[in-house]
Amino acid sequence: MATADEIRELMRTEGAAVAENTQGFNAGRYDSVADLKDYEELKQAARSIKEDAIEELPDLLDQLTETVEANGGTVYIADDAADANDYIRNVVDERAADRVVKSKSMTSEEIEVNDALEADGVDVVETDLGEWVLQVADEAPSHIVAPAIHKSRESIAELFNERFDPEEPLETAEELTRFARKKLGEQIIDAEVGITGANFITADTGTMALVTSEGNARKTVAATDTHVAVAGVEKVIPTVGDLHPFIELIGRSGTGQDITSYVSLLTPPVDTPVVDFTDDETPLSAFESDRDFHLVLIDNGRLEMRDDDHLRETLYCIRCSACSNSCANFQSVGGHAFGGETYSGGIATGWEAGIEGLDVAEEFNDLCTGCTRCVNACPVGIDIPWINTVVRDRINRDKDAPGEWLVDGLTPDEEDDGAPLQKRFFGNFETVAKLGSATAPVSNWLAGTTLSRRAMDQILGIDPRRDLPTFERETLVDWAASRDSQVAEPERRAVLYPDLYTNHVQVERGKAAVKVLESLGVDVVVPPAPSSGRAPLSQGMIATATDHAERVTETLGPHIEGGRDVVVIEPSDHAMFTREYERLIDEAAFTDIAENSYEVFEYVFGLLDNGASIDSLTTVEGAEIAYHSHCQQRTLGLEAHTVAVLEDCGYDVVTSDVECCGMAGSFGYKSDYYELSMDVGDRLRTQLRDDGVQDRPVVASGTSCLEQIDALLERQPRHPIELLAT
Amino acid sequence: MESKRASFEGALEALGVTVSSTAESELEAAVTEAVTEPAVGIALDETVGDEAFSLTETPVTVDPTPVALREATTGVTGAELGIGDYGSLVLSMTEAASELVSLFVERHVAILHEEDIQPDMDAAVAEVDERFNETGGSAIIATGPSATADMGALVKGAHGPREVHVIIVEEGV
Repeated sequence: MATADEIRELMRTEGAAVAENTQGFNAGRYDSVADLKDYEELKQAARSIKEDAIEELPDLLDQLTETVEANGGTVYIADDAADANDYIRNVVDERAADRVVKSKSMTSEEIEVNDALEADGVDVVETDLGEWVLQVADEAPSHIVAPAIHKSRESIAELFNERFDPEEPLETAEELTRFARKKLGEQIIDAEVGITGANFITADTGTMALVTSEGNARKTVAATDTHVAVAGVEKVIPTVGDLHPFIELIGRSGTGQDITSYVSLLTPPVDTPVVDFTDDETPLSAFESDRDFHLVLIDNGRLEMRDDDHLRETLYCIRCSACSNSCANFQSVGGHAFGGETYSGGIATGWEAGIEGLDVAEEFNDLCTGCTRCVNACPVGIDIPWINTVVRDRINRDKDAPGEWLVDGLTPDEEDDGAPLQKRFFGNFETVAKLGSATAPVSNWLAGTTLSRRAMDQILGIDPRRDLPTFERETLVDWAASRDSQVAEPERRAVLYPDLYTNHVQVERGKAAVKVLESLGVDVVVPPAPSSGRAPLSQGMIATATDHAERVTETLGPHIEGGRDVVVIEPSDHAMFTREYERLIDEAAFTDIAENSYEVFEYVFGLLDNGASIDSLTTVEGAEIAYHSHCQQRTLGLEAHTVAVLEDCGYDVVTSDVECCGMAGSFGYKSDYYELSMDVGDRLRTQLRDDGVQDRPVVASGTSCLEQIDALLERQPRHPIELLAT
Repeated sequence: MESKRASFEGALEALGVTVSSTAESELEAAVTEAVTEPAVGIALDETVGDEAFSLTETPVTVDPTPVALREATTGVTGAELGIGDYGSLVLSMTEAASELVSLFVERHVAILHEEDIQPDMDAAVAEVDERFNETGGSAIIATGPSATADMGALVKGAHGPREVHVIIVEEGV
């Protein structure tokens, strides 16, 4: 696991370049997919092609092998990296090749074929300019599509000037590119073997699609007589026609380009003649097209992933990098922290767990906070946060249980073994909150002492620089029980779910919600209810989260049956009910709670839309406000409802567009991640301090976001529902 | 609705690809105007079966030697299809080395029949699918010049051409 020191160092040395590039790609993605009128349909088509292909994989591999052999090529299915490398070394040896040129391929990084060939004395040259920079610098990729994303132009110029000592020092991107093109161009035409990856391979014709921009993959194939394509077995799809959605989606989803310069559709061996580039007499067409083609398909754990109900989705990944670019933490640290042996970003947890093992996934898995911003960005709809949660659960279970004396009483969870103390503390936050309210204000005084903060830091890894929540003595449930409903003839009846924070800490927003709903004609009850399970789920404690989910549905079920809607203030809990519970409880129970639950502003919007009068609420005339929505709320498409209601109430609203505030539940409290959390938060701070925004009061929907903004700004933020109450 | 050709030309312009159009009979003049010498090309007339495509009255060296190819500034090839919504060209890979001529040069001049402009990517992939399944083969979907952002800023002209020019041969003119 990356330590606070390692993360700090990476943010210092690589953070600026990573942030600029990933945010550029991410903004480009939003723009580019917005131009695509059938974006959602294309994503669904892509998803379903991949689902079917993985389902039919053994048959497709048989069909592909037959087709490629009929075309005159050879197929080798390698069990693992060593097997693949032995085969490739043999091909290179039989060709008696001195030089192998390569175009960019993550799968070839996975098997480390360069090392294997170099050990045989072969000169291996990366021709993708980013990969070449890293080869010269002897560094690892920090991004699956743009491998040298962590390097600035200045650092590349410095590297080249030092290593190659050109007559005129290189400075601009144009000069650096020209220099690399010339140097690599000479090496490409002099090579015997070309190694490429493959983004997709079609079983019907044996056609491989290569998605590139520089033209180096085209040259790598055209200028050599022996082509070795290295790809994971999961890259096979049925037909050439199936390529269509992927061609439209891959560039847009990744770097935000509508399409990359070249999509090569190669059915090797290709017809292009093999020429001697020093020949001054023979016309091009007089050369023979005498080519060898080897397709090396790599298992290396993938077929076991196919049999794993939770890791299988990883195999749908088309390596576009959308999950990296849309990830707030990745934007700050890049793939050198948020990555394993080969792969980086959110989906890397699935790849590294399946290919390398849990120990490698553990090194970076905590950097996924479950914010879900990658979910809608993924062109094949992979539930990347769920894969991270499952792997975290497995990592927890791999560990020895912490001493019972430490957790006794504080952790009434369902975890038989495993989860480390810090995770169990945050996962059982409900117990802490109950105790905190019951003993407030003493609990707050005690928690704030230097001595307890030091103990929390040492035992639980809670960063002393974070303010702790202040527990209220009277919970929302207690308050609601002490008063009668204010609505005589209700239009609707609702149960306001007392989420952990609203019930124990931010009780005022709960009271405001009750008052707003009542003034719109809703009869509201606030019964005691278990916490949603969000806290244990985020720590990878799935059994405990499932227990919460079952108890929540048992508690709310009778209310729903009695005709009440479920209204939820905390967006992360609403997302549990409408998204995550699908994984935890049976289908009927999930449908019941998901269909009857509403985020509080979604509910208010619906009430107003159905005739409730805005005049029952506090309205203003053009007052300016800044609104930060919540990551999981945005993924569910529910930011717009809050904005619309605030505008209806007369507010002039500007919204932030950062992917996450950086707090993400317990993440920002952890000593190892506090500084990263603040670095992510800094992007939100910048937006909230922009011209025209800096004097606006701030409202935010999520508990974590409110805490983070409170730490970032002088202005104290509030939940927007508090603006509406009369 | 915008015509296929108009959307194609709009997309090319956005990519920084220049366009000219010509009648078949004036093709050689259009090619002469579009190339920067030294220029090489492949024998289009053999594929098209029309002498207007022979390039004999142009500065283009047809079927050059490898050394001439490396010394050339411009490469002239045909394009199989144009794709209206992306401004892409579908380039086939032939035994006549069209792949080399369109790639190992600074400036690629592609000759495209107006009737080969497809409205969108869906239609173009369907065409390619049909051809691959009938006769096999390979193709490049090429969109704009080669490019890289790996050196700290977007640069046009990485390993492939830095400039692309499309000559549209108009129907029935």
